[in-house]
Amino acid sequence: MAKTDALQGSLDLLVLKVLSRRRGLHGYALMTAIQSISEDVLRVEEGSLYPALHRMEEAGWIKAEWVTKENGRRARAYELTAAGKKQLASEESRWHAVTQAVGRVLRMA
Amino acid sequence: MSLWTRVTNVFRRERLNSELEEELRSHLEEAVEQGRDPEAARQAFGSSLRMREESRDVKLVPWLESLVADAVFGCRQLLKNKAVSGAAILSLALAIGACTAAFRLVDAMLFRPMPVADAQRLFFLTYEYKDNERKVDTGDSYEYPGFRLMRDAVKGQAELMAISASGPQDITYGSDDDMEKATRQFVSGWMFGSFGLKPALGRLLTTSDDLKPGEHPVAVLSYDYWTRRFGRDSKVLGKKLRHGEYLYEIVGVAPEGFVGTETGSMTDFFIPTMMNAKAIDNPNWGWFRTWVRLKPGSDGEQVRQKLQASLHNFRREKVKNWPPGSPKVRIDEYVSAPVHLEQASAGVSGMQKNYRRPLMILGVVVGLVLLIACANVANLMTAQAAMRARELALRVSIGAGRLRLVQLVMMESVMLALLATALGGLFAWWSAPFVVSMINPPNNPARLMLAADWRVMGFGAALAMLVTVLFGLVPALRASGVKPVSALKGGDDPHSRRRLMNALVAAQVAFCFLVHFVTGLFVASFERMSNQPTGFTAERVLILETAAKGQPITAWEEVEQRLREQQGVESVARAGWALMSGNGWSNHVWANGHSPSSDAEPYFLDVSPGWLQTMKIPMIDGRDFRMEEADPAVAIVNEAFARRYFGGESPVGRSLETTRFKKRVRSDIVGYVKDARYRNMREAIRPTIYLPARSTDANDKLQAKDWGSFIVRTKGDDAAALAPSLRRAVKAARPEFRVSNVRTQTELVQNQTIRERLLAVLSAFFAAVALILAAVGLYGVLSYAVLQRRREIGIRRALGAQAGDVARRVTAEVFAMLIVGSAAGLGAGVACEQYIERLLYQVRATDLAMLTLPLLTIFAAALLAALPPVIRAVRIDPAAMLRAE
Repeated sequence: MAKTDALQGSLDLLVLKVLSRRRGLHGYALMTAIQSISEDVLRVEEGSLYPALHRMEEAGWIKAEWVTKENGRRARAYELTAAGKKQLASEESRWHAVTQAVGRVLRMA
Repeated sequence: MSLWTRVTNVFRRERLNSELEEELRSHLEEAVEQGRDPEAARQAFGSSLRMREESRDVKLVPWLESLVADAVFGCRQLLKNKAVSGAAILSLALAIGACTAAFRLVDAMLFRPMPVADAQRLFFLTYEYKDNERKVDTGDSYEYPGFRLMRDAVKGQAELMAISASGPQDITYGSDDDMEKATRQFVSGWMFGSFGLKPALGRLLTTSDDLKPGEHPVAVLSYDYWTRRFGRDSKVLGKKLRHGEYLYEIVGVAPEGFVGTETGSMTDFFIPTMMNAKAIDNPNWGWFRTWVRLKPGSDGEQVRQKLQASLHNFRREKVKNWPPGSPKVRIDEYVSAPVHLEQASAGVSGMQKNYRRPLMILGVVVGLVLLIACANVANLMTAQAAMRARELALRVSIGAGRLRLVQLVMMESVMLALLATALGGLFAWWSAPFVVSMINPPNNPARLMLAADWRVMGFGAALAMLVTVLFGLVPALRASGVKPVSALKGGDDPHSRRRLMNALVAAQVAFCFLVHFVTGLFVASFERMSNQPTGFTAERVLILETAAKGQPITAWEEVEQRLREQQGVESVARAGWALMSGNGWSNHVWANGHSPSSDAEPYFLDVSPGWLQTMKIPMIDGRDFRMEEADPAVAIVNEAFARRYFGGESPVGRSLETTRFKKRVRSDIVGYVKDARYRNMREAIRPTIYLPARSTDANDKLQAKDWGSFIVRTKGDDAAALAPSLRRAVKAARPEFRVSNVRTQTELVQNQTIRERLLAVLSAFFAAVALILAAVGLYGVLSYAVLQRRREIGIRRALGAQAGDVARRVTAEVFAMLIVGSAAGLGAGVACEQYIERLLYQVRATDLAMLTLPLLTIFAAALLAALPPVIRAVRIDPAAMLRAE
């Protein structure tokens, strides 16, 4: 599957979008959520996910806290911040602009 | 995440690491639980190391983290080479400490502003005059009538204050038996107000305390004295202090930190100028400095011109009363002396004038020592970097940037500099007061405010940074320029490093030569000055400076007789003051057709019969005074006198004329004695006239004496041991007599060379340090060279090179550097002679001995330092060497 590479630039967008719908997801849940919503088309590599999460946390778009899950394991749950919501909006519009542009090229060429 | 948390994260890295670890682990476990293959799950993470690195970098400031890591690494590196780093730190610490100490001294003596309002607007007035050798000097001692004129002349533009020098005085809080010493300053009443000072207790002096001569017996204590003498007791107000003829009431305490205006001495009590009652209307008594506070907006040059005009007017009137026969040149010079306004924000004192240049020179010397130490450490770092070339190359090959390497090597330098600065600070803490204690004679120690404040701290910090850059940057840049391929192969240009090290050695030798050259001059000056014959025998002579108000001369003779009867006394005489005590009296003289000229005037001293014998000044012709003889009937003269006035022939039986009570009087010369030094070691021996201790006034009556000195030659070697019993004997003989000070003649003679001794001792110390440092540096460079060239040497030996060839080959470069460095140092030394000339005595920088001595010392040290590495080079066994490769 070559999708991860193609989607490299849009990983932030995906994570932000999922987090905007479902609050308090931890890393693994995020990964599986993206995978299942995209019906297995999009698969996020752990190696990209965590650095991205930490980078976005550093940028202040998301915040994290330690939660204890029902099985007693600790996990870091992520949540969107106000800045993150703004970021999501701009990333979303950028994405639409890009996909429309790509669509136009495909149609016209 | 704020910058701050990122910075703090650097220091809790372990915790951060484990948190990351935990998050990743929890993810893995969950993945496995969901039925994923554990191996595949782990692989999906990629390199867990890289993962952690990437995730971590966003959580902390990466450069700071690397800095901390480098610091830790640097520490380990320093600890690994304990001996080498220890030596580097110690030598740097010594040099930094010396520099800081020198800064503390120079700052406290010359630059630190007094704690007064607007110190930068304070000036003091100086005038030019020609000294006895006809050199231009500046004076700053003024007469009160002239001060009044000047004060009126600049009213509105500047405020003038009369402030005397401060010196130890006899005072008592009870009876005369409890006399003690305290440092006094006469000040204009308005000084405190003008300085913007607020009392710590009671009140300070005001203008209304300084109106009429002798009518304001009030005193203000300094905070320091109040603390020392009274333990800050507020009951001190109203207490009476007896000093001279007056009983002063203590009205207040000056604020903490203000210790008078005489830098190098601390004033204990301030009294109004009007209390020097006899001096106020006397136009011939110069006794204070004129301070000038410019009003805001007024022009300094304009004020100076007005002051100069006013002083010239005053002096024009004054010279009309000069004794007849004064040479015209002298009168003209006096009346038209140029006047200057000089900065006084750091206080004013004779000590400043005396020590300005010596302190600056010492500052330069310690600066040079610091440079030598820096060159040493730079060499050390270069050599170390060379040994680490492979390690650094490895770092480059696995991706370390050039900057990162500079940082890595610099960090070590920073650690070195920090440690050295801390140690050096301790050294400066101890040594600055130690040097101050060497400045003045022990009975009148110099006292400087040696604060350790932000000025000193700032200087220390700046110094640490400077040396780090000096010795750290070049090696760091070189180290970072390492080329992995060639370094891992064994290096492409092994000589480039040595060239840098050789240049550093040349610089070291040049600095070392300069330090030794200057030291040689100072030591020779001191030696020549202190070995200068004085013309009298100072050993076993005790001086009793004695005051006895209005006592007839017969009473003085009676006390002298009683002292003679004391045990352990060999002989006793009297004089106005002791030779070399710093006092002097000169006057116009006419003799054998010579009139007063612009030459130095002869000295006079009144002495009792037997004084020549007590001082062991040999008689050439004629006789000593007789008891009944009185001034001005007879006189005894010295060789210098006979040379100037009688062409070197014995003047016994001839006569000389001088002035008393504004009239010319004639004295018969009855004795002709050998030269003796009168005032100091530096000046040429002047014509000197000894007069009888008895003197008659204008009506031929014997005069009473208020003060004088008993000169006692003791039998035992320890003259000072007799002081207490002699004091008691004086008191017992005549209760009106009071010994105010006891000194030994030896001490007086030594006091004349204190400055020269200080310069000689300190510069010799630093010369020794410089020599050791330079030798260590040389040794280091040679050892490195031998180590680096051992293969080459081995091959040469195998091919039949002799031990001599090897030794020459190894040392040739370094000795060439030695010669280059010495030549440079020599040039610099000769160039700086002009600056230090005034501090030298009977030595010239161009003396051959002065030039060769440092050269020999340095070459000897170099030979010694070169010996071990050369032996090592010669002993290299070609077989073993080649096999090892």
